[in-house]
Amino acid sequence: MKIAGLDIGSRTVKLVVMDGSKILLAKKVLNSHDPLNTVFTLLDGASYDYMVATGYGRHLINEVFSCTIISEIKAFALGSRAVYPSCRAVLDIGGQDTKAIHINEKGKIVKFEMNDKCAAGTGRFLEIMAHALNYSNIDEFSKAACTATKAQTINNMCTVFAESEVISLISRGAKREEVALGIHRAIVSRTLRLLNRVAPSGDVVFAGGVALNECARKLISEELKRPVFVPPDPQIIGAYGAALYGQNKR
Amino acid sequence: MSGYNQMWSELGLDLEAHDALLSVLGDSYHNIFMTQKNRPEGMKYFDFVMSEVHGLRIKELMDAKTQGKKVIGLYCVFVPEELIIAVDGISVGLCAGAEFNFEGAEQILPRNLCALIKSAFGFKLGRVCPYIEACDLVVGENTCDGKKKAYEVLSPYVKDLYVVDLPQTKSNAGKMLLKEEYLKFIAKLEEISGKKITYENLRKGIDIVNAKRKAVLRLAELRKSNPIPISGLDSLLINQVFFYDDPVRFTNSVNALCDELVERIKRGEGVFPEGTVRVIVSGCPMAVPNWKVPYIVETSGAAIVGEESCVGERGTRWLTETKGSTVEDLVENITDRYFKIDCAIFTPNHSRLEHIKEMFERYNAKGLIHYNLQFCQPYIIESGHFETDLKNSNIPTLRLETDYSQEDIGQLKTRVEAFIERIKG
Repeated sequence: MKIAGLDIGSRTVKLVVMDGSKILLAKKVLNSHDPLNTVFTLLDGASYDYMVATGYGRHLINEVFSCTIISEIKAFALGSRAVYPSCRAVLDIGGQDTKAIHINEKGKIVKFEMNDKCAAGTGRFLEIMAHALNYSNIDEFSKAACTATKAQTINNMCTVFAESEVISLISRGAKREEVALGIHRAIVSRTLRLLNRVAPSGDVVFAGGVALNECARKLISEELKRPVFVPPDPQIIGAYGAALYGQNKR
Repeated sequence: MSGYNQMWSELGLDLEAHDALLSVLGDSYHNIFMTQKNRPEGMKYFDFVMSEVHGLRIKELMDAKTQGKKVIGLYCVFVPEELIIAVDGISVGLCAGAEFNFEGAEQILPRNLCALIKSAFGFKLGRVCPYIEACDLVVGENTCDGKKKAYEVLSPYVKDLYVVDLPQTKSNAGKMLLKEEYLKFIAKLEEISGKKITYENLRKGIDIVNAKRKAVLRLAELRKSNPIPISGLDSLLINQVFFYDDPVRFTNSVNALCDELVERIKRGEGVFPEGTVRVIVSGCPMAVPNWKVPYIVETSGAAIVGEESCVGERGTRWLTETKGSTVEDLVENITDRYFKIDCAIFTPNHSRLEHIKEMFERYNAKGLIHYNLQFCQPYIIESGHFETDLKNSNIPTLRLETDYSQEDIGQLKTRVEAFIERIKG
């Protein structure tokens, strides 16, 4: 039986198709103003018998496709534990949400928390800051931050205020890469406060789109005094978890 | 509804804004309540009350006023309805449950203030709450900092505002203060009504309010059954109507509904599919029409089986004793009763935590959702150490912090669904 796991995030849509323990297909596309159409594009040519959907668009999909839905929290917990069995904490920084999940030795979710309703400290925040600093993409922004030897302090976590703060730092002559590092530091420290409150001990899986960011990865590994594992493709962990859920259900 | 236009304009309402409000309310009531499956017949009474909440009920108040009765508006369960009934007055809860005219409220209040307070001002300044306009007296109370300072600001906008002071500790001195305040409040009520409080009329007030409490406690008791005979949304609605309706008629309607539920239980009939998880909601009060979180919870695979809230068991669980033979004795009984309310303005507030644990057991719940209104410091702070304590008692807790806006529904739904998955195991 072929099981599809679909994770409809705010910025990207991810698909994993599995047969038994084998991953037949894993792919992702950027989301658009029309998430349903994005999903159709992604599913084009994929064959599966049963689908489990997660992510912020899960209810939308549920109205159109016959599928089971689970929350992102559950999907990331399942996916993370499958790629890294000793994991007790999951940190997922996505496009608009940051989640910290504490799981016990049996894989059960003990506690979880998410960021507040704004985009502070999420992937979208980084994108907007990269743009404010005139970097052409996140990769360039992250690499530049890694080269800085010192960081400018960013006080505002509100996306709108932080953007003004960045602009005023630049206009006062601060080095662009130092501001870039400051921005990464700010979101990492905010995120780790959340993680340490929810899951204060145990091995960590760092997933979601922001786990692709080299500087965020480096800072998180440095500052957390415990093992941090970043999956080979950290973005598909939710879709993978959804597919695993479908497998166990069937 | 237009049949009431004359009454509404005489009350000074902004008819256009009021029509808009009623239309939004009507739609959301329909979407939230009328789409529920297999509702008890007895809910039709409450549907009717809600459809006439700004109409027929206000007409009743206006008619009562022409007979010399006083209408007394309040915002809190610390204001004893027994005393109001004793002077032949009518007690009404005032509107504070919707995001209406916040821009108006924010001109005289800070933006970062709890939605309940801003809503009360939004309704008043926007001239869309016929209750407050019908009031002969508005009673405030010194609960949280937000409310007590806001009453200073509200004062010039209402005809007569009276503020009851409240203690903050469950000490002897605290209790003496509360009794003093109730005696002063009696003097105020006697002054505005021209009626003296006697043993007989106060005893009648106590009996009427006790009967009302007994009816909602009976309803609460029936929610222990499996399958659950009534939804949490409908039960919350009844607890909200508690504050508006004629008390005797309300009591009879709740009892009639309970008779029906007893029959349902005998037949093994419920309102939720099998496997629906039972949860308790605890925390800040939910005033009409604040149904956001219960709606999310009950459309995500869980059923609410109890509310540890002022609009719920915290407000109704104690009866007023009737021992003694003088007004002084009855005032003492009233003070004893209200002094037990475990509002988060008290420090420490152990009994509230014990009540949460007791409710969790009694209603055979699987999880607790702690509902916080943003900027409500007393409840938000309590929810932190309560969560730690509840964890040690193996009570899974989800803390939600929100306001009256609709913009965070997606995020709340994700948290609630994940919590339900977690407690389902």
